[in-house]
Amino acid sequence: MFYREAGQFKTNYRTDQAVFPIFQDKIGVLVILAFLFLVVPFWFNDFWLNSIMIPTLIFSLAAIGLNLLLGYAGQISLGTGGFMGVGAYSCYKLTTIFPDINILVHILLSGFFAAIVGILFGIPSLRIKGFYLAIATLASQFFLEWSFGRIGWLYNYNPSGAIEVSTKRMFGIAITGPHATSLTRYLIVLSIVVVLTWVASNLVRGRIGRAWMAVRDMDIAAELIGIRLLQAKLTAFAISSYFAGVAGALMVFMWLGAAEVESFDINHSFLILFMVVIGGTGSLIGSFMGAAFIWVLPIFLRAAPRVLGVDISAATVEHFNFMIVGGLIIFFLIVEPNGIARLWQIGKEKLRRWPFPY
Amino acid sequence: MSSNKLLLGLAGAAMLAGSMVVAPPVQAEDSIFVPMLTYRTGPFAGSGTPIMDGMHDYFTMLNERDGGIGGVMLEIEECETAYNAQKGVECYESVKDRDPVVINPYSTGITLQLIPKAPVDEIPILSMGYGLSATAVGESFPWTFNAPSTYWSQMSGIIRYIEAQGDGIAGQKIGFIYLDVGYGREPIPLLDELASEMGFEVVKIPVGVKDMQNQSSHWLQVRRERPDWMIMWGWGAMNPTAIKEAAKINYPMDHFIGVWWSGGNVDVTPAGEGAVGYLSANFHGTGTDFPAIQDIITHVVEAGKSLADPDTVGDNFYNRGVANAVATAEAIRTAQQVTGVSVVTGVEMREGLENLNITAERLTEIGLEGFMNPMQITCEDHAGAHPIYIQQWDGENWNRVSDWIEPMSDRVRPMLEAAAEAYLADKPEWQTQTCN
Repeated sequence: MFYREAGQFKTNYRTDQAVFPIFQDKIGVLVILAFLFLVVPFWFNDFWLNSIMIPTLIFSLAAIGLNLLLGYAGQISLGTGGFMGVGAYSCYKLTTIFPDINILVHILLSGFFAAIVGILFGIPSLRIKGFYLAIATLASQFFLEWSFGRIGWLYNYNPSGAIEVSTKRMFGIAITGPHATSLTRYLIVLSIVVVLTWVASNLVRGRIGRAWMAVRDMDIAAELIGIRLLQAKLTAFAISSYFAGVAGALMVFMWLGAAEVESFDINHSFLILFMVVIGGTGSLIGSFMGAAFIWVLPIFLRAAPRVLGVDISAATVEHFNFMIVGGLIIFFLIVEPNGIARLWQIGKEKLRRWPFPY
Repeated sequence: MSSNKLLLGLAGAAMLAGSMVVAPPVQAEDSIFVPMLTYRTGPFAGSGTPIMDGMHDYFTMLNERDGGIGGVMLEIEECETAYNAQKGVECYESVKDRDPVVINPYSTGITLQLIPKAPVDEIPILSMGYGLSATAVGESFPWTFNAPSTYWSQMSGIIRYIEAQGDGIAGQKIGFIYLDVGYGREPIPLLDELASEMGFEVVKIPVGVKDMQNQSSHWLQVRRERPDWMIMWGWGAMNPTAIKEAAKINYPMDHFIGVWWSGGNVDVTPAGEGAVGYLSANFHGTGTDFPAIQDIITHVVEAGKSLADPDTVGDNFYNRGVANAVATAEAIRTAQQVTGVSVVTGVEMREGLENLNITAERLTEIGLEGFMNPMQITCEDHAGAHPIYIQQWDGENWNRVSDWIEPMSDRVRPMLEAAAEAYLADKPEWQTQTCN
């Protein structure tokens, strides 16, 4: 009744191609943004900000990165963890080499290093496809992990082999390191994620995004209609890795505060891949939903027994956790193979016809 | 349709659960909150479970037998990390607002993440015999404690043991097989330094977490290099695999020394007869012949309040957990005495840890005579240069084969200070303290 586009006439191309062509969607997004920027900071405690909101946003960004590559350009990659690591380690190097430059500049720059590495490891995608490409990107994952552990220069020859975040300030307020409040870090992460999501949504609607989708649907046909595969595939790898790199830098500098090689191992790549698959390939909102599902659900499950006053051991909860999350993943894949984003879409369509469905 | 409704229901339930989490859990005013970061799942569960059991049972025993410490009950709560640093940080965040008295991270990786947070949140960290070696320098790290010994001290003790054996150490070739994470890499700077100074050669063999259970290539390298001694810094599933592989290539077990984290009963039993003769460092006693352990058996294990398999009580790692719990409990007791506050929190606990002095008399008093060397922490030295000993597996039990070996404190301390200085170099706002 309320959610319908009747009466909203598109009289020029500009309005027709808007990010949110339906007026109600625009309001919805503004409400969500207002909630995230204005309500969350005052209502949520440290645990919520630090263990739920910040990681979910960072993982969403990484999932968007992988989604651009997997969902839009159709190139399978198992190297996201490694690309995130490139972002984190290059940000760390940048902060030690140029300590006086604002950390936010470093975080955004570090994505470019990830992009370069992404292009390098994307080159095989010109010749190989599907599972074979997945294996080629797996090689990048192992190579990068090896580099983070073995090349001492990357972690400044720190005996522990870990990279640590020092306190950096902007306008006198600590924004990284232990002195930074979770609220400051949350607002920074949120701003970066919102801006980059906006960039991504415009990319996928534009020439580049349509070229990716053409390549995804059938690369020979795409080539025949004049899309250069080299360019399309490599931009997909570059931009996807940029997002992953920024997410990696945020992960270390805005969330964890220190990281070892293990923070970027193959399990991490799989985690992001699951987020994309569960959330829905080829959907930006799906990346957020997938990240929230995979990251937040186990935390709730872990907290549930204590809140409900049931006395079972932490290890048992963890075992149940594995079973429940695993079961739900299978359930989702059977019920809706296109991910939570597809459910969302179906929901919206039903809402349009409500209360008179046919 | 119906499945979609089900999904909506699930989503609703998730939201409901979420809203309940927001409310901070109500906490009893008159108890001391001791969170435990555990790993009873994942590839490191084999090593972790007995330690967590030991800690949990000793604390429970204090509650059951004495009604807590100084009349204040302990509130013990486990949080499962699976030895994963991110989950560890999540656990830390979930407990830090509930006034935890101390954090035992039980992972060098998690410790590294928490070290910078400790002074800000005013929650001390007790990384007992692990963690960043440099945190032994109390002036630089007021909130972090790693008694009874740093990895560097321990390594120097092991080197001393080798030196004292038949052929000495000069000109020997020593293989160092280690888990390729922060923990395993930690002693390398000292090993390199001592190698050049004492004239022995080091062959480093890193084992990645992925290769933990597949070490045939690593031991092929051992076979090629023929080191005179092997030293292992392993953890979790790496230990039994390494010992099995060593037995397979007929490496002389009495020349194979593990760090004290590579000496669990679960580590040696899978290799069966092959493991006989294997050596490992230690700082506390094994077995159940201590009154306090007997109390644990009566008050906790037999009362059905323990998660442990009764057969594992008294195992090396179980007693490690007990030793950790003893240090924590004694520090709480010291904190109560020093500050006069009975329900201590992090700030008082820091005082307690810094003034901790477990004397031989006190050990007898708490029913652990001869269980460990007297342990003292000072403001300057948060590890204390405590001696270690070497034990040998005979197929059934661990037997002590050396006296207490003093670490090379004169060598280690300057290196620790240099490392602490390097750690603080890029952290101008770090909180340090001056000891008088």
